[in-house]
Amino acid sequence: MRVALFLTCVNDTLYPDTGRAVVRLLTRLGVDVDFPMGQTCCGQAHYNTGYRHEAEPLARRFADVFRGYEAIVTPSGSCGAMVRELYPRLGERARAEGRGDTLAAALAPVVPRTYELTEFLVDVLGVTDVGACYPHRVTYHPTCHGLRALGLGDRPGRLLRAVRGLDLVELPGAEECCGFGGTFAVKNPDVSAAMGADKVRHAESTGAAVLCAADNSCLMHLGGTLTRMGSDVRPVHLAEILASTEKEPAV
Amino acid sequence: MSSRDRILGRVRRALADVPRDDTPYEQAVPRTYLRRHGDTDAGRTVALLAARLADYRADVHRTDPAGLPELVARLLAARGADSVVVPAGLDPGWLAAAAATAVPDRPESTPRELDRIDSVVTGCAVAVAETGTLVLDGGPGQGRRRITLVPDHHVCVVRVPAQVVSSVPEALERLDPARPLTWISGPSATSDIELDRVEGVHGPRALDVVLLADGDGPPPEPAA
Amino acid sequence: MSETFLGMPSFPAFPVAARAAVQDGTLRGNLRHATHTIRAKRAKAVAELPDWAELREAGRRIKDHTLRHLDRYLVQVEEAVTAAGGTVHWAADATEANRIVAGLVRATGESEVVKVKSMATQEIGLNEALEAEGIRAYETDLAELIVQLGRDRPSHILVPAIHRNRGEIRDVFRSEMGRWGRAAPDGLTDEPADLAEAARLHLREKFLRARVGVSGANFVVAETGTLVVVESEGNGRMCLTLPETLISVVGIEKIVPTWRDLEVFLQTLPRSSTAERMNPYTSMWTGTTDAETADGPREFHLVLLDNGRTDTLADEVGRQALRCIRCSACLNVCPVYERAGGHAYGSVYPGPIGAILSPQLRGTASAVDASLPYASSLCGACYEVCPVAIDIPEVLVHLRERVAEGGRATREGSTVVLRPARGHAVERAAMRAARWALTRPAALRTGQRIAGRARRLQPRSLPGPGRAWSASRDLPAVPAEPFRDWWRRIYGAGGTAAARPGPGGDTGKDTR
Repeated sequence: MRVALFLTCVNDTLYPDTGRAVVRLLTRLGVDVDFPMGQTCCGQAHYNTGYRHEAEPLARRFADVFRGYEAIVTPSGSCGAMVRELYPRLGERARAEGRGDTLAAALAPVVPRTYELTEFLVDVLGVTDVGACYPHRVTYHPTCHGLRALGLGDRPGRLLRAVRGLDLVELPGAEECCGFGGTFAVKNPDVSAAMGADKVRHAESTGAAVLCAADNSCLMHLGGTLTRMGSDVRPVHLAEILASTEKEPAV
Repeated sequence: MSSRDRILGRVRRALADVPRDDTPYEQAVPRTYLRRHGDTDAGRTVALLAARLADYRADVHRTDPAGLPELVARLLAARGADSVVVPAGLDPGWLAAAAATAVPDRPESTPRELDRIDSVVTGCAVAVAETGTLVLDGGPGQGRRRITLVPDHHVCVVRVPAQVVSSVPEALERLDPARPLTWISGPSATSDIELDRVEGVHGPRALDVVLLADGDGPPPEPAA
Repeated sequence: MSETFLGMPSFPAFPVAARAAVQDGTLRGNLRHATHTIRAKRAKAVAELPDWAELREAGRRIKDHTLRHLDRYLVQVEEAVTAAGGTVHWAADATEANRIVAGLVRATGESEVVKVKSMATQEIGLNEALEAEGIRAYETDLAELIVQLGRDRPSHILVPAIHRNRGEIRDVFRSEMGRWGRAAPDGLTDEPADLAEAARLHLREKFLRARVGVSGANFVVAETGTLVVVESEGNGRMCLTLPETLISVVGIEKIVPTWRDLEVFLQTLPRSSTAERMNPYTSMWTGTTDAETADGPREFHLVLLDNGRTDTLADEVGRQALRCIRCSACLNVCPVYERAGGHAYGSVYPGPIGAILSPQLRGTASAVDASLPYASSLCGACYEVCPVAIDIPEVLVHLRERVAEGGRATREGSTVVLRPARGHAVERAAMRAARWALTRPAALRTGQRIAGRARRLQPRSLPGPGRAWSASRDLPAVPAEPFRDWWRRIYGAGGTAAARPGPGGDTGKDTR
């Protein structure tokens, strides 16, 4: 099976380790992975900040770059939700503005073929034990767009519980937003910081060494809060845990 | 232009983008929700009503027609009631054993007069088991809305199983919207202090519900 | 015609007001305690109904259908209420509604009214308008009483005094009740039951002498002309049944077509709102009763209120906000509301629903209204609990677009073209630049490389607008090499990372 990795602009620029982890994980599971070099950004930040028209060319580019793949895998719940939930809405809005069906038609093919990483593993590959080993105490924060927009449900939990050596501890208030929210983090910095601090306190209360999530943008906010608060808890993307093996453990 | 015309005009302009839709209302809304939750066995429905009433701090009692006068007398006495409002059409036998002075529900009595009366005894139009709700519609034995509001103690008699339905949808089917209706679920309460429930504010702080088994008796009178 | 008024003077932008709230430890504690209490209870009450999703969908469809045919249903309400002995008035805006109510009260010769908690009358600032006419309005809902006695502002739809804890409420009762009527009992404690008792005693004398009642309504049934008020304390029943004259001010979106429709909302509203299977009291009345029945007010007036609702109806994305049944479930689950509190929203409608309702009813011209669409992390918890499925995040983003990009909107019934908000010029330029770069992978790659080379110079904190991030959070470390350069190095542009046979092999790792 051959899939395209949509890494996202944030991961490409700031979290290449997550990208390498996805490649290791998927190839280990028998998947051929392409990284189309024309990919950039799904347009989520533009769309959610109120610049829908600026998001449109980015969505078109996404659809152009990934059109030929039967599966597009992304290690980001929020970017996955952008494509799956909001690309159809971009098309609808363009139609409502009297611009016809061309945008909707251009975006339609990639919508059902885009999978968040845990969906791809559990639903498409049908695996929950990915052969990983990660001997640490971990707590998992379900990020909002994965949880509510994509409905990832227990998929991340099933994958984590199958990891050898991993001690998964429940995060109090897990389903509450971490306070990142894209540009919300800078437009409402005080509320965002208060939410982040509460999330960090909850993570610390579990005694976990690692705070895991499936979205690096949320982890960027939480990681920055963790270090600022002097916490020893480390933020780690789910893909890096799943890629870790006894032979080649993640650091 | 009148404000009526202005508002109606604005509504019509606001909906200019909406495609015309002449679907009859009955078909426009899918009602795939349940008519009731759970089974329809009469005994279990009454048991559920009792449990749900008690859950919201109503005191629930069961009796038969022979035992009713004694029970009502006891409930009034337990609250120290010297006076009790009696709605028109209430079976006089219900209060036959009561020591409290009966005061008829009259249109000319003032709220202040009502405020000096200790208790009220009524029947009801229908009771909803799932939600522990009593509905009064002003029919015989129920009186004006205010008599079950101002006195601090309400004794409400429900004929079971005849007046009990399972669910809110079943209750609405039985009710006449032209009548003034009061739905009562437990004594008055508030969640206004720290969003936690406290029983007892302006309405009656004590609600006694009597489940009157009338299995062999005549069916209850329909609300006039 | 006057501007749409939502009962409050001008307010600072949300982030400014929220900053003070976040730093107020008592407020944070009060809100956290109250919202977490109700959250768990709501979840339990909703879980009891296996057909919740179907009820929610039916509620959505009933409301959408009503809005789609609102002109027809408004006329039907007018006919039915009139036939039942009521009088119907139409108010295009707050000023007109207040004038109508004041005139009706004056006509009775009375100078005081008792009020049932009503969002519509708060929205139009009725109490203040009546005060200016020499008419005193007494709020009778416990939380409204707390707010009125404390000369405070409401901060929650259901529980306007949610920002006050029991000790603060006791203090307000002790110091203020005597000025308005019967004083608080000596030795009043902060036990909720004692506080409720104090309110009962204080208000009873007002109920017993009241000749005019003012209310809103939760629902108006078009086919029968029936009004429905859902409440808990009995103050509603007092105001609706004891006075001789009843005036109900009701937003035009409160209509449902048929009697049967109540079977949906009487199941979803109490469970969403106070997390009860059913609220203690629900009153339903249709016009007035005849002289023989003589149950309740002899005179009934229904004031149908627009005040920005038709403008909201004109927006194809935003109109879903008019489905709202004011349950406040969205406030109780909102992590932003929990920390910022209701006052930061600068409106009688706080929380997520307020963030989409106020900028539509009032427009986006003021500082606070232009900031409300951004007062959300778009986490979606509000949409999840909404019993009429209002996609609040969708409307928030839509209103952000209205603020950032401008465009067509309807104000007071006329189409206007809004200019992009002034404060967003820098952001707009940045978004455009980002879009330019991101539609050109080469430009993105250049940017990444510059960042990679400069990474040793990376500061811990940022100056200027960047401080909004770095005041509370460290910046992420920039890697030496972006992923795309690594990929090119290992697999080549257009290359494939091939599946590895068997477990354990690991050629994909960066070892070169």
